[in-house]
Amino acid sequence: MAESIPVEENGHHAGDHRDHGHHEMSFSEKYIFPLDHKMIAMQYMFTGMFMALIGGFFAYAFRMQLAFPGIEVPGWGVVSPADYNSLVTNHGTIMIFWVAMPVLIAAFGNYLIPLMIGADDMVFPKINRLSYQVFLLSAIVILSAFFVEGGAFGGAWTAYPPLSTKAEYSLTGLGSTLWITAVFLEFVAFLLGGINFITTCMNSRAPGMKMWDIPMVVWMIVIASILFMLSVGPLLAGGIMMLFDQNLGTAFFDPDKGGDPILWQHLFWFFGHPEVYVVLLPAVGIVADVMTTFSRKKLFGYKTVLYTAIGTGVLSFTVWAHHQFIAGIDPRMANVFTVTTLLISVPIAEMMFVYIATLYGGSITLTTPMLWALAFIFEFLIGGITGIFLGASGNDIYMHDTYFVLAHFHYTFYPIAIIGTYAGFTYWFPKMFGRMMNDTLGKLHFWLTIIPFNGIFLPLFVLGAAGQHRRIYDYQNFPELALPWMQDMRQFATVMLLIMLGAQVLFFYNVITSWMSGEKAPKNPWKANSLEWTADSPPPHGNWPEGLPNCYRGPYEYSHPDREEDYWPQNEPA
Amino acid sequence: MSATPIATTRSTAGMPTARLAVWWIIASEIVIFGGVLGSYIMHRLAHGIWADYAANTNPWIGLFNTFVLLTSSLAAVLAHQAAERGDGQRAANLLYATCGGGLVFLCVKAYEWSYEISHGMTITANTFWSFYYTAAGIHALHVIAGMVLMLFTASWAKKNEHLHRVEIIGIYWHFVDVVWIFLFPLLYIAK
Amino acid sequence: MSDHAEEHGDSHYIKIYFWLLALLVVSFIGPEAGIQWLTLVTAFGIAVVKAYMVAVHFMHINLTPRYVIYTVVTCLIFMLLFFAGAAPDVMKDRGTNWEKPAWIEAERAYAAGEVSGVSSHGEDHAEGHGDGHAEGEGHATDGHEAAGH
Repeated sequence: MAESIPVEENGHHAGDHRDHGHHEMSFSEKYIFPLDHKMIAMQYMFTGMFMALIGGFFAYAFRMQLAFPGIEVPGWGVVSPADYNSLVTNHGTIMIFWVAMPVLIAAFGNYLIPLMIGADDMVFPKINRLSYQVFLLSAIVILSAFFVEGGAFGGAWTAYPPLSTKAEYSLTGLGSTLWITAVFLEFVAFLLGGINFITTCMNSRAPGMKMWDIPMVVWMIVIASILFMLSVGPLLAGGIMMLFDQNLGTAFFDPDKGGDPILWQHLFWFFGHPEVYVVLLPAVGIVADVMTTFSRKKLFGYKTVLYTAIGTGVLSFTVWAHHQFIAGIDPRMANVFTVTTLLISVPIAEMMFVYIATLYGGSITLTTPMLWALAFIFEFLIGGITGIFLGASGNDIYMHDTYFVLAHFHYTFYPIAIIGTYAGFTYWFPKMFGRMMNDTLGKLHFWLTIIPFNGIFLPLFVLGAAGQHRRIYDYQNFPELALPWMQDMRQFATVMLLIMLGAQVLFFYNVITSWMSGEKAPKNPWKANSLEWTADSPPPHGNWPEGLPNCYRGPYEYSHPDREEDYWPQNEPA
Repeated sequence: MSATPIATTRSTAGMPTARLAVWWIIASEIVIFGGVLGSYIMHRLAHGIWADYAANTNPWIGLFNTFVLLTSSLAAVLAHQAAERGDGQRAANLLYATCGGGLVFLCVKAYEWSYEISHGMTITANTFWSFYYTAAGIHALHVIAGMVLMLFTASWAKKNEHLHRVEIIGIYWHFVDVVWIFLFPLLYIAK
Repeated sequence: MSDHAEEHGDSHYIKIYFWLLALLVVSFIGPEAGIQWLTLVTAFGIAVVKAYMVAVHFMHINLTPRYVIYTVVTCLIFMLLFFAGAAPDVMKDRGTNWEKPAWIEAERAYAAGEVSGVSSHGEDHAEGHGDGHAEGEGHATDGHEAAGH
């Protein structure tokens, strides 16, 4: 990849038409079965947001039950123990597989990769469309489980056997099958999408764009797709085995008949841990792009960020059993996994230092996307540091399955999935919809989301350290866990959740009003360098109808001393 | 409307897009088969009794099916050669021959499975047989998928369209063959 | 595409094919001798050789850019890693606070020569779990009945 290879018209494609723009598309071609990467990205984005509302509603229902046990939750009714299990299980599954992944990887990947590398579309538009359709099907399957006999699966998002394989334990025979089917389909959708992302970024870059000229967010989405592809296989195999266990009566995971339940845990977490980094990396990529733009500084250590991302990715394949310290795994292996788990904090910490160094000495503008990016660094730091507590196997034996784990987990995933998404969404909103977002409302929404978020999960650290176990639906049955101060903290967290969910109305109001009547966005409202800002806002079909851009330099050439303007677009000849 | 994006025709990474993509598909398939075969090998190494279970599989059938798949792979690679020379008709015929190999493979498999099932070696008999049917079943699904795609490719090749796809489907088919090359000793001949 | 493989005629592939068939016969005959190390070498060693030959001569992996080989090798290494991490648990019949009763019983019976293994029925050594089969196939309705007890 030393020098760019000029666009080569492959002989096999000579017969194809090139009639972009000459063909008037019907409504269904344009919006329902689109081939355009931007429209598919929007489909992913809004499906993901819809699923986020459902996942948020589940969180509301079970947090109400925890804070005020036995009350009739408005909008849901009395939460029975079975309801509680289904709610927490599906909250977890939906938020990770149907919100974080479609929005961060599929939506941003689809929207940004072709625009940022100067291509007119993804390399396989039809596979791209198929990927969304399979994803949509999987979303329908997982939601349909709520309407079948026995209700939705309630064996936690990790689906450990025998709870997930035996209907007489989980009481949700069909619900469990629908759950594993939905997860399986979702993975197939992302394999299709991931191959598309990787191939597009490898093969279709603008003439002149070398490896080190690719914007960080594109790199990160591609690395995340590779991680996903390399880790998901065992779980797909395990998913088939689990389906057989549930429906054919095999005993892959049943020790009474010659199977092994710990095998499922290994198959699951071999994927499950890299999955954390699969969604983390696109978020840190978004933060890198937002932060350099609004501090008008070159990214400090472009290659360092890249190497730490790859290092994290490789290490993430060696840490999975730290989720299983109390599952009865070999204690010698627990030692190994403790060491690797603590090691993985090194590249991630390095990455955070690089980001802070990027901010140092920059001329920072606190726009809404920049606020989100800064909040990402701050909140993810808390999540990362508490992870070190849990990575030590000795400590984990006490902390395991308490709310400390839960709070740690949300302090990592919330910055990734919610804060990262908001940073990206507000940053690229002008490009996506051709209008500027209302900054005042955006900032109000930011503060009303961030403060309650800490209000929800900081108390849960305390409760977890006090020994409050997860998966208990009514603490009144456990007097030592239902002391008045504990119940107060639970209620505080729930009230904070209500405020945070309420604040999201502000976001949707802001999106809709800005989309309808916001100030028209210029091509490059943030004076950023990367190629997507040289297309129209919003870009038409084919992105650059007048001809695809060339690339002459890296994406982070801000405040170059020889230049009058403080930015230097990638497509501008020297 | 079948406008191919300009993106598809670029090759910054030094190889045509479709060939690059099929290698990534193979990479993801390796870990899928790796998961199920890895789990199988762990059990197999740990259980002395599994060697006796494995003795019930018929190595002659395994041998014959390996031979069939290897032959179909040869037909696939010769089809690729014909496509390189621009001979779409010959490529299509060879692809049909490859499909025929896949069909023979599946028929033998169906005979073998019905014999085993009728003799009590069902998927629920014990974990060895669960793995046997699961691993071979996932492989058979790949064979079927490859055959379907190959029939499409052949119908295009006959009209001298999309000749580069002959190579792509061939690479996929060889991969399915390689998986079987490992399944053969694992399930049939190691005792 | 046209950047390679021009120098090979069809005869090259047919030659490789016959090599593969010869190896297949060896890998079939080897284990018949019943010597364990010979089985390992002929069954799995030759499988690796055959896979290599197919990858190189039929899939042309040596003519693709180097990173394709790296990717495939990385996949294989990660699978070894998975094996190394999971095998210490999966390959044991008992561990910290757990054991696998069916396995222990089956291996005991096997060692004692009670079960030849050829009969291939799991039920032989899983007394009392026979009706577990029917329940394993159970759907939501069975589950509700089970809820009673």
